[in-house]
Amino acid sequence: MPSTEFEQIVLAGADDHDLTKLSEYEKVGGYQSLRKALGMERQAVLDELITASVRGRGGAGFPSGRKASFVPKPEQTTKPIYLTINADESEPGTFKDREIMARVPHRLIEGALITAYTIGSNAVFIYIRGEYLTEYEIVKAALDEARDRGLVGANIAGSSWNCTIVLHRGAGAYICGEETALLESLEGKRGQPRSKPPFPAIAGLYAAPTLINNVETIATVPAVIARGGAWYATLGVENANGTRVFSLSGNVVNGGNYELPLGTSLREVIYDIGGGIPNGRTLKAIIPGGSSTPILRADQIDTALDYDSVAAGGSMLGSGGIIAIDDRACMVQVALRVASFYQHESCGKCTPCREGTRWLVSLITKIEAGQGSNADLDLLVDVCGRIMGRSLCPLGDAAAMPISSYVERFREEFQAHIDQGCCPYGDQSSLDGILGPVQQAARMHRQLAVIA
Amino acid sequence: MSETALYLAIQDVAAQYPQRRSAVLPALRLAQEAHGGWLPAEAFRAVADALELTPAYCKSVASFYDMFQLAPVGTHMIEVCTNISCALVGAQATLEAFESELGIRAGETTPDGAFTLRTIECLGGCGWGTVVSCDHRYKQHVKPADVPALIEELRHAEH
Repeated sequence: MPSTEFEQIVLAGADDHDLTKLSEYEKVGGYQSLRKALGMERQAVLDELITASVRGRGGAGFPSGRKASFVPKPEQTTKPIYLTINADESEPGTFKDREIMARVPHRLIEGALITAYTIGSNAVFIYIRGEYLTEYEIVKAALDEARDRGLVGANIAGSSWNCTIVLHRGAGAYICGEETALLESLEGKRGQPRSKPPFPAIAGLYAAPTLINNVETIATVPAVIARGGAWYATLGVENANGTRVFSLSGNVVNGGNYELPLGTSLREVIYDIGGGIPNGRTLKAIIPGGSSTPILRADQIDTALDYDSVAAGGSMLGSGGIIAIDDRACMVQVALRVASFYQHESCGKCTPCREGTRWLVSLITKIEAGQGSNADLDLLVDVCGRIMGRSLCPLGDAAAMPISSYVERFREEFQAHIDQGCCPYGDQSSLDGILGPVQQAARMHRQLAVIA
Repeated sequence: MSETALYLAIQDVAAQYPQRRSAVLPALRLAQEAHGGWLPAEAFRAVADALELTPAYCKSVASFYDMFQLAPVGTHMIEVCTNISCALVGAQATLEAFESELGIRAGETTPDGAFTLRTIECLGGCGWGTVVSCDHRYKQHVKPADVPALIEELRHAEH
């Protein structure tokens, strides 16, 4: 089924209009939801969001309406209330928020304004990952245009309500996608996660009540207000309402972002929409929700992409970043590349993650080189267990979950490296010799040692 | 950018935030741009002065983030994504094409100071790999055969 048969919500209209322009966005009903919301009681807007039950699109999947309800009401606090948009998209395999910012920036701005109004906030910060320079420029231009038209700032759309929006660029740190690390970074610090509780809803930015939502979550808000939470809840499947912008990458013919109803199957995404596996190769494995999610074997291709079905298959829907892996990939090399990323991005604050991710890379490197023993393989699984659930923030689990899944579901490949004393793929794996920043730094250090 | 212009630009940015320390990242970015793409000691002093912080604090923040350079870099920065999605579609071959065309290895700068080449973690263009960031602008679907032309394009780019 091609994607055009489904009604798009987040990317609606972007195929036929240049929605980076305010006038074009208004032609498809842009900023009408904001005007409608401003004419409603805050609680009524919140009730629509709760009814819609949009589960957080950043990866955790927490119902966003309920999350907003945790923020104290303006009359319950003496502090300002902040809304922060998480646009620090960095999970490998995920590139949907980048497309949303590039193609429907006004929908993001409108959703942010409605959400800010709902929680009684007058100040929004959009934290955009530093590498997204072009997208930052597009959102900035849209914001300038909206401000010039009286849609951002004082007396918004002729009302008595004021709200500012500040674009804040990150500077290259995956961990800043974690909400408390994001707040630290936004306060001008190293992006290291905070202990919870207190949760950001109570003590977030500058220790004031703060709601943090992902870009895609926010971009669904205008449609929910325009057509009602009850209507939105009819889309998708039970416990997984609405659409998601799935990012498809890896060994597929047509990589890209596709907005589809939740519950669409992996087979439809990879074969019907993605055009299947190129060059006559065979599908070997699928990462369903960004590189931190456990891997699925090719025979799980009929898994539906909703929270419960993917969980039943032993993985997570995560960020919606689907990575197809064909039969040329050595799974030990896949493990090494994924583990290397999390080692590189570990912030170093807590021991299980800082030390554990290094152990993962070191053990997998040894196994890949054909120098590993059965004891090393056991130790690899053991280290995963010692990271899981013991880290300050989800980054530790994000490293341990996929690695233990590779061993569990492709144990025969790890075993073959040990038994044969070499990589069974020789130099024929699609990932052969892949150099990540961790390996690059190690190589530089070795060179310096030789010179010294 | 003169010292005064940098100071004033940082004040402008800081005015956007309820607390001025929030401007550390944007201030470091401005300082890096003003100092040839990296952060020497005087850049940290400038940021610290403008925001009433210490240079040590500013350096500690900068060292946390990959986009701040603590050592000199080339005029042009080439960053090749080798994360999983790009790796699956041949990122290593693309990286090696850059290495051989520039005569340096990843992590190094050409002797004439024109190019720094490095690997980078996921840039968020996974469906269109291999993704290469050339002076912070993305090039997608980059194959080894595209590399000489990309380098030529950078050589002639205004900087």
